[in-house]
Amino acid sequence: MSDNTKLNKKIQIGVLAVQGAFAEHRTMLEKLGVETFEIRQLRDLNQHFDGLVLPGGESTVQGKLLRDLGLFEPLRERIESGLPTFGTCAGLILLAEKLSNDGHTYFATTPVTVERNAYGRQLGSFYTEENFEGIGKIPMTFIRAPLIQHARQDVQVLATVQNQIVAVRYGNQLGISFHPELNNDLRIHRYFLESIIQARTQYSISA
Amino acid sequence: MSTENRYELNKNLAQMLKGGVIMDVTTPEQAKIAEAAGAAAVMALERIPADIRAAGGVSRMSDPKMIKGIQDAVSIPVMAKCRIGHFVEAQLLEAIEIDYIDESEVLSPADDVFHINKHNFKVPFVCGARDLGEALRRIEEGASMIRTKGEPGTGDIVQAVRHIRLMNQEIARITSMREDELFNRAKELQVSYELVKYVHDHKRLPVVNFAAGGVATPADAALMMQLGAEGVFVGSGIFKSGNPAKRAAAIVQAVTNYKDAKLIAKLSEDLGEAMVGINENEIALLMAERGK
Repeated sequence: MSDNTKLNKKIQIGVLAVQGAFAEHRTMLEKLGVETFEIRQLRDLNQHFDGLVLPGGESTVQGKLLRDLGLFEPLRERIESGLPTFGTCAGLILLAEKLSNDGHTYFATTPVTVERNAYGRQLGSFYTEENFEGIGKIPMTFIRAPLIQHARQDVQVLATVQNQIVAVRYGNQLGISFHPELNNDLRIHRYFLESIIQARTQYSISA
Repeated sequence: MSTENRYELNKNLAQMLKGGVIMDVTTPEQAKIAEAAGAAAVMALERIPADIRAAGGVSRMSDPKMIKGIQDAVSIPVMAKCRIGHFVEAQLLEAIEIDYIDESEVLSPADDVFHINKHNFKVPFVCGARDLGEALRRIEEGASMIRTKGEPGTGDIVQAVRHIRLMNQEIARITSMREDELFNRAKELQVSYELVKYVHDHKRLPVVNFAAGGVATPADAALMMQLGAEGVFVGSGIFKSGNPAKRAAAIVQAVTNYKDAKLIAKLSEDLGEAMVGINENEIALLMAERGK
């Protein structure tokens, strides 16, 4: 399928927009022809959405704002009951069941153990290109990134870098250490739309 | 890794800070309060701008030990300031693996002509600007994030508003220019044609742009966001106020929901005393005049 193929317009994605690089995710998704909206407070959840994006940013800030704004429990319930959810970097931290170097956990819906700031401070941030299961070689930008130290057996590992897990899928949850929203490559967002959202709905591709 | 990759990664970190509040802190305890209140990053410095202003004299980079203490206390990014043009202070900050260097007019300038060649560094730089020309000159020198200068340590928002409005107007003007007019505009702004062309094509700066200098209340922060800032630095405004933890948390929420007046009104209740503040015409030292 070419990059120009538009997915069905009816797909609606809510992008958590309390802090971080949410605008970049919206741009990527809109290029794929789906509609997006920002989730900044409780009333934003009144709209229908088929999928949720948890963007990069600071997980401590996002976690606090989720609670302060009353978004935490409603979103956790929806993720747990199967809402397709795509978390990058801080978003992966929000999804992780355990954090090895932090007493807090957030949604804790993906059975993985994640180490925050696993590559150190900003000097440890890096760019690489590695294989992503079912997609091939893709650009990967790691910014003060976390990594997945351990994944339960029923979690599918989608990518590794230097023998460390950097992308997983658990049911309808997709958790990624790096930032596919920062490189101009739509394939991971397309994977989320096609393999996770369309697989559970009747949406078709309107080429 | 190529220099270009490193610059991209440094711009990317600023993207992750968007929609966030970066708070000045002077001790590990304050850093923890800031982190718990929802700071997206902290700026480690020995004295906040209001105290620098009160103390007078030459102000310099902070003690590395003090900065390291703050790095150890929190998991969010830690920034620190060096003097304008003082590339050795910047080297020291890079040596202790700071996440972002602020080449800042809040400290006494070390060089009254040249800024730091920020391309020589692997760590990212944020710089202050009062207008588009200053912003693009700093970006040309390698800054990967810009903030308005405002007027630090005053608790007066007027200069930050002036700076972001001016930047917006100048961006709008470039956007509406014919392509053949851009060459001359680049000459006037003393920057490369490529940067002016970027602004023309994208209707924005090529890097993230925060507000700084004078933010003291949730309403100030939301004002700057509604004027187009992508996040906010709060210096003296938090730890010079009556209830720092509460004020900090309120400013964080106001930045996320900067258009929701009802919510911001509620957040603004019972915050205790705001920092006292100094009016523009009462200050002897205009820090924003440093480093053009």
